[in-house]
Amino acid sequence: MHRNKWIYSLTGLLLVLTLLVGACTPAAETTPKEQTLTIYSGRGESLVAPIIDQFSKTTGIKVQVRYGSTSEMAATILEEGRNSPADVFFAQDPGGLGAVESLLMPLPESILNQVPPKFRSPAGTWVGISGRARVVVYNTQKLKEADLPDDIWDFTDSKWQGRIGWAPTNGSFQAMVTAMRVLWGEEKTRQWLKGIQSNNPKVYPGNTQIVTAVGAGEVEVGFPNHYYLYTFLRDKGESFPVRNYYVRAGGPGAVILVSGAGILQTSKNQDAAQRFLNFLLSPVGQQYFASQTFEYPVIEGIITHRLLAPLADIKSPEISMADMADLKGTLSLLRETGIVP
Amino acid sequence: MNYARPPAALWLSAMFIAIAVLLPLGYLALRASGAGSELWSLLFRLRTFEILGRTIILVIVVTGISLVISLPLAWLTQRTDLPWRRMWSVLTVLPLVIPSYVIGFVIVAALGPRGILQQALAGPFGLERLPEIYGFPGALLAVTLVAYPYILLPLQASIRGLDPRLEEVARSLGHGQWDTFRRVVFPQLRPAMAAGALLVALYTLRDFGAVSLLRYETFTWAIYLQYQTSFDRNLAAGLSLVLVVIAVVILFLEFRTRGKPHYHRAAASASRSPAYVKLGRWRWPALGFCALVVLMALVMPVSILSYWLARGFSTGEALWRTAGYALNSAYVSGLAAAVTAIAAISIAVLDVRYPSLFSRLLERITYIGFALPGIVIALALVFFGANYATPIYQTLVLLVFAYAVLFLPQAVGSVRSSLLQVSPRLEEAARSLGRTPLQTLAAITLPLVRPGILAGAGLVFLTTMKELPATLLLSPIGFKSLATSIWSATSEGSFAEAAIPAVVLILLSSVPMAVLTIRGKRNGNE
Repeated sequence: MHRNKWIYSLTGLLLVLTLLVGACTPAAETTPKEQTLTIYSGRGESLVAPIIDQFSKTTGIKVQVRYGSTSEMAATILEEGRNSPADVFFAQDPGGLGAVESLLMPLPESILNQVPPKFRSPAGTWVGISGRARVVVYNTQKLKEADLPDDIWDFTDSKWQGRIGWAPTNGSFQAMVTAMRVLWGEEKTRQWLKGIQSNNPKVYPGNTQIVTAVGAGEVEVGFPNHYYLYTFLRDKGESFPVRNYYVRAGGPGAVILVSGAGILQTSKNQDAAQRFLNFLLSPVGQQYFASQTFEYPVIEGIITHRLLAPLADIKSPEISMADMADLKGTLSLLRETGIVP
Repeated sequence: MNYARPPAALWLSAMFIAIAVLLPLGYLALRASGAGSELWSLLFRLRTFEILGRTIILVIVVTGISLVISLPLAWLTQRTDLPWRRMWSVLTVLPLVIPSYVIGFVIVAALGPRGILQQALAGPFGLERLPEIYGFPGALLAVTLVAYPYILLPLQASIRGLDPRLEEVARSLGHGQWDTFRRVVFPQLRPAMAAGALLVALYTLRDFGAVSLLRYETFTWAIYLQYQTSFDRNLAAGLSLVLVVIAVVILFLEFRTRGKPHYHRAAASASRSPAYVKLGRWRWPALGFCALVVLMALVMPVSILSYWLARGFSTGEALWRTAGYALNSAYVSGLAAAVTAIAAISIAVLDVRYPSLFSRLLERITYIGFALPGIVIALALVFFGANYATPIYQTLVLLVFAYAVLFLPQAVGSVRSSLLQVSPRLEEAARSLGRTPLQTLAAITLPLVRPGILAGAGLVFLTTMKELPATLLLSPIGFKSLATSIWSATSEGSFAEAAIPAVVLILLSSVPMAVLTIRGKRNGNE
């Protein structure tokens, strides 16, 4: 009988404890007595937390952030639907924002007009915050910039057999393929994918791994975004044997992609949400991205890294974000060519 | 031994659990029905069958190798005079605490092209290339290293629970050592091996971290790609339903291996220590085997993580933050373990003591959640939580609920095999002395299956510690655990940052694991 009681009370205690804990902790967090801005961020915490903190300190608005990958956050917002607690969605790429576009509200002109048209949503539902250029990285011990071809197309030449590294499951890579489809058409894009594939490229999970591999000489060239290199230069010194090359001929190999943010229609903090976007687009916010994440600012008059090619020097193609929306087409092309499962 | 009717409390809680584990299935059906004809064209591509084939091959080979590793390990550490037996029995189950995304990174760093091994061999031997690790070999290695303890753990417990008298009888009837093992011991170990193999197989189905890092295209990876690249949750749901079908086939196969024999002892008295087999000159190969497994599954990851840790610049502040995450992790994992163990008791008791079609079906469907990728379960509960259970959405209640749905079978399996070794005669005696079924459960059954409950809760604790997708999506906003901070560091390519929480995660999980193994050992040997 003694045991009997003991087990009953332990079980009861545990259940009560669980319910109590569950009921107390989060309730304090989710019922906003004061104004609290809720951000879903598809961008990494170490990248954006400092600037979000700064916003909070400057404005006195409390902010809470949920971090995840852009696709997980987009899927979460879609499942939550009209009950989403999120006010702002800060995404790594336009694809994530496009996926939830029907739940985003049109932004005021005063926000949209701060950035050039190619860096914002054609429907006015989101605005670009920072820019990333697609580049070719090369190992400086094995190659000189002059050895590199004018166009990304030329890497299909068989002399690049076994020398290329790429990350076909990476979102930015797929955005570049989308740009190819827009600028070159389906057939030429397919030929490029098949051409690279027949050169037996090494496949990496992401851009960091590409730059690491090029630095180690595992491959000689790779196709990442521009800013990964600068983190390596900061951490390993300028002797790190990798440099960026912006393809001379321009075209899809030099496309500029943006991270962006939008406001949910269901947000009850529209005012704070707009202040947040304005803050990210302010010189303070933009300078943060330029000097901490080495991305391109989307407004004029910001100082960038000494080794970073000025945006004006890159022959990035004129391409509207609306054209970049067809991710499905890109994915089915990548599947058809057997490059992704 | 025909018990008429289960008590209402048991039946009700079982119904509740059944609904809980069926929620994700309902969600998948709802979403998949939104996919339309596109789903059919996606499913009936040659490539889908290729991926399906690849997934099934991985499941079969990982499960097979895990059995082949676990059986001798369990036997050597429980029944022979292997030197440092106790130490090996703890060390060989510890790899369970290592997250598969960590082992994936580690294997690439150690065995990849230009990895640590190649660099080491390049100097003295001028070795330029190692055999390709990406693809099947790497995925096989990574998944096996984190999954085999699912078999080893119940197998160790099962060997400890054996009644040595049965073997003595067999020996006295003139059977040799090998014959005794084959005819008396092995059949008794079958339920544990089958239960463990089931977990390994289902785990292999749902693993994402290791297979994506080592680039072996499984179904789970294809599902993640749907979310990642085309943001298409309908197609992802359709593909997930295929995974459910595979899981059902595996569950059915495992069910077929279950016979109807009794595994409990004839009497309830504590058993004697079994005779330990003298290894003689076999002790060296035996030691080498244990050492090899521990070297690959434990020493390699821990030393590479320590190397990253030493190389990385870590401040005191980072350590303090990690301590906070560790507390959070331990706290939610503890809650998940307790809740899941309680749920598992009702399922196991219902299945073993009140067998019916319903109870069997119920026991089987608890496994579905374990076979699905974490992201699928997490999104299912995001959908239900945000729209139909708003007050508990993004609270610890729903998070713990999600863990329970994901990890219930681990506890069910463990409690169930423990219960099978308890003779129903004892409960019948209690009933005949006037105790109600619930009183009997509390006074007789639960104390006797306590080792099984603790082992099950321990398993849930460990897997919750390393769980990622549900934690990311369903935790209270701003909640950080060790797993989420490892993820956040690696997603930015910063291994040094990731190494701190990873090492803390492994150390913290090792404590309950070691306690469980040693405790269980004492219970079995007294």
